[in-house]
Amino acid sequence: MPHSTFFRFMFPSLLAMLLFIALPIVSIVVQSLFIEHEQVIVTSETCQPFGGCTSTSTVDSAATAQLRAEEPLGRFNGLGTYIDRNHLAFGELRDILTTSDGFTDAVSRIYNLPLYRALAFTVTYCALVTPLAMMLGLLIALAVNTVPQMLKGPVIFFSLVPMLITPLVGSLILFWMLNSEGILGAAIQNVFNDPGLSTRSSAPLTWAMLIVYGIWTNAPFSFIVFYAGLQAVPRDTVEAAMIDGASRIERIRYVVLPSLKPLILFVLLVQLMDNFRVFEPIISFNAAANATSLSYQIYSSLNTQTSQLFGSAAATSVITIGFIAVLIVPVLLRVARELSTGRG
Amino acid sequence: MDAFSRRSPVIRATATGFVLLWLLIAAFPFVWTVWGSFKVEPDFFSRDTWWHAILGTNTARLTGDAFTGDGYYGAWVTTQFWRSTLNTAIITVCVVVISLSFGTLGGYALARSTARYRFVILIAALFFRAMPDITLVSGYLLPFFQLNIWGYLPTAIIVLVALNQPFTLWMMYSFFQGIPRDLDESALVDGCTRFQAFRLAIVPVMWPGVITTGLFAFLLAYNDFSVTGLVLSERNQTMVPKIASYLGQIQSEGNVMFAVAAVVSITIPIFLLVMFFQRYLVSGLTAGAVKG
Amino acid sequence: MTFHRTTLVSLAALLIAGPALAECGIEAGSVRILSNDFEALRLVNSEAATCASETVTVESNATSEHKNIQVPALTGNPAEYTIAMVANNSIVPLLNDGLIRPLDDLVAEYGQQLQPNQLIKIDGKTMAIAFMANSQHLFFRRDVLEQAGVEPPTTWEGVLDAAKAIKDQGIMEHPLGASNATGWDLAAEFVNMYLGTGAEFFAPGTAELAIDNEQGRATLQMMRDLTQYMAPEYVTFNANTMGAVYQSGNMAIMQQWGSLAGATIDPAKSTPEVVENTVFAPSPTIGGGTTPAAALWWDGFTIAQNISDEDAEASFRAMMHAIRPEVAAEHPQVATWLIAGYEPGPTAAGVIGTAMSGARPYPMVPYMGLLHETLGNELADFIKGSEDADKALADITASYTAAAQQAGFLQ
Repeated sequence: MPHSTFFRFMFPSLLAMLLFIALPIVSIVVQSLFIEHEQVIVTSETCQPFGGCTSTSTVDSAATAQLRAEEPLGRFNGLGTYIDRNHLAFGELRDILTTSDGFTDAVSRIYNLPLYRALAFTVTYCALVTPLAMMLGLLIALAVNTVPQMLKGPVIFFSLVPMLITPLVGSLILFWMLNSEGILGAAIQNVFNDPGLSTRSSAPLTWAMLIVYGIWTNAPFSFIVFYAGLQAVPRDTVEAAMIDGASRIERIRYVVLPSLKPLILFVLLVQLMDNFRVFEPIISFNAAANATSLSYQIYSSLNTQTSQLFGSAAATSVITIGFIAVLIVPVLLRVARELSTGRG
Repeated sequence: MDAFSRRSPVIRATATGFVLLWLLIAAFPFVWTVWGSFKVEPDFFSRDTWWHAILGTNTARLTGDAFTGDGYYGAWVTTQFWRSTLNTAIITVCVVVISLSFGTLGGYALARSTARYRFVILIAALFFRAMPDITLVSGYLLPFFQLNIWGYLPTAIIVLVALNQPFTLWMMYSFFQGIPRDLDESALVDGCTRFQAFRLAIVPVMWPGVITTGLFAFLLAYNDFSVTGLVLSERNQTMVPKIASYLGQIQSEGNVMFAVAAVVSITIPIFLLVMFFQRYLVSGLTAGAVKG
Repeated sequence: MTFHRTTLVSLAALLIAGPALAECGIEAGSVRILSNDFEALRLVNSEAATCASETVTVESNATSEHKNIQVPALTGNPAEYTIAMVANNSIVPLLNDGLIRPLDDLVAEYGQQLQPNQLIKIDGKTMAIAFMANSQHLFFRRDVLEQAGVEPPTTWEGVLDAAKAIKDQGIMEHPLGASNATGWDLAAEFVNMYLGTGAEFFAPGTAELAIDNEQGRATLQMMRDLTQYMAPEYVTFNANTMGAVYQSGNMAIMQQWGSLAGATIDPAKSTPEVVENTVFAPSPTIGGGTTPAAALWWDGFTIAQNISDEDAEASFRAMMHAIRPEVAAEHPQVATWLIAGYEPGPTAAGVIGTAMSGARPYPMVPYMGLLHETLGNELADFIKGSEDADKALADITASYTAAAQQAGFLQ
């Protein structure tokens, strides 16, 4: 296809992505290299409804505005924000590695740093939820395939329900069902025969709950894609395999899975990225005491009650993209190989 | 189909059992919510025992009946949830249509090009998708206010379209890869321009893929909170932010049952859509979906 | 039937709307309000809306995202909104960036109805008008305390004793509640308690953190001591989840928002025992001090800098109409008003008691928001019991310092 035709076709799509994603990303990266101007603090008399007037610090907005006008981006800080204590914390890491007594001490001290704590949960969540949800999705797809045609519509709908319900309310309701007085929480207590058991009180249980929730909400995506893929498995190959006396497991192993491979790679790619950005359940389950994620850190920097910490959020975002890149490169290479062997 | 259905009874029973178990796990919280939406808050969100939610103890005490439509009345009549529904309908339809138009053209070009930069574009699109939305959206606010485009539906629509482009492009690209090249190339040989070839040879066979991709675009626009919550004014508020506003805040109580009733009601159109499109969804993915 | 109550309130507001048209006296202009989203503010917004006429437009946007929207919205010229409703904390970014205008001239001309304590003055200039107050204060069950044979506590040490008595006598397993959910709630608990010790958060005139002291440790110790009488999942309790447990009758004492007092004794949401026996008391003192351990909050309005004087005047007068004494008199249950002539109802007793006993306002200094954010995240380990006070204070200092350097408050 000639370049000009190609770009004519691509133009609307490229323009939208350029304006609303690429440009903001450039600005985010630039922002992460700068910090705010020195704020000019003055002491002045402040009067409020209670307790009368007191002398408090305020920002001299005129003086600060002048500093800002001189250098609109702020003060250049290089990678300073990336390596400060609230991000990659290189200084603290060096300190921990030189002064720690033993491996456990080092690990627990590193875990105390906000970014690494977030990373620990994010990676665990992503590493467990992605394969488990995909496997569950595949099993459901294989099983739903056996359902009589007329029942397929409702079965597919209800299988998709975990993905369809607005997460905001879906996770809130599950949160309540998992209370000690809720139906699921009480059932869990019954199963483990421990009336004091609470899925919220300890870190391992909170992690387990978030991961199970993650599998539950993510399985439908894998299910629907794999289910569709199954319809395309060449029938004659399957029949040939049956005639050859292949068992069901063998048929899945040697016929179905290979033909689903491109789909599996695609779902893997999408799910790895989405799961690495886990955020909503942490908020809805009030789980931040025991589990935080990189996206939660970003939210936290942006959702302050004073000025948002754009630089901090920007740095965490870039770090997130960096980790995702490391994570998906192997998959991408795989996809690229498939692409180049397929057609040029 | 037949190849799959000729199975031993044992496998059939196992598969049916598994489907039933999964349906129970998948649908139980939803069924529970539908049932609970007809109760009052102290029942459905009881801190005493979940039996309240089943029996409606407080519902009976407060309303005289074990079931109540107060949540629905509150959401739809008192707080005019239908306004938000209307806004969501506009946004969703526009996002789906525009996303698909852009994505179809782009995906087709990517699938038919042999240039090296198409890899660059595809990989870049992946990284665009990796960017956390919340960071992007916070960055939009100041320029939007300065350009005076903040608060309007078209703004939210174009932002959602843009954020959805990477996924749409990948899906459509994969789909077009599955359509034999001979189809449009023979049209080219016949003297058509590229666009005519696309329109005459490709458009008629692309619908399954479009519908598949469209369903994902639909879900994205329908359930979005991060964009619509920040860039729309109250007049143009969509469903999810409206539902969020029912939930209350740190210092104020909410009307959680309105949120529950609203969520149950908005599932009905999704149900109808899935029932209607499930055949296409399936054949759509069948025909395309990322066959390398 | 909360929504019925809410409906009646808004219906009443609409009914008053008719004859009120002429009262605002605005000739022309555009009034655009940005506010948080809760009942009292929606009431004020709808009152302001009654000033709309052929020449005056009144629009409002009540959203929980107001804090994220307000700075960019008021930065534009002309600003998207003419009025931003704020509280002690959310006014700070507007002040820092010089986005709101002094109101002294408007107060002199149109603000005769205002009481002196409604004027928020900074450096002698009126920057905001407060119209309602809020604070966290003690909610307790009279019947449970009587059953346990303890007097209503007025100190946090007394709260511990009462909780112990209730627990030891087997009346309740987890008698106490606090909003210790990681994030904003947890930080607010620390701020409350620390304010009660009388100490300052920052070294005077600078952004240097000053909480690593005896009072900081006492605060943390008390927060930790209280948790032994709380339900095991106390780290997930925010004000709403805690309130739900209390309302179901499974908690005896909690420190809760005054603005939730009405909901707590609403028969539609709480059990009859809770409705009958809940007492709203001032927040207790700590460590033998006399200051209630709770921050006082006000809600008020500010007027944008980047708008025409005509719109500013129209906005101010519309707000004067929206917070006129009749509004407070007609809706005493909606909020603890700071408006002249307001007769507090029973649900306001806690907030007013806390204020009368000399509680301190939530600090309005520019870097308080950063500290609040830091406290909310870094105290999680301490409150869970997996970290000691020294470590917690060191973590807070390190995290705050990094954030404050980035925001330009520390070098």
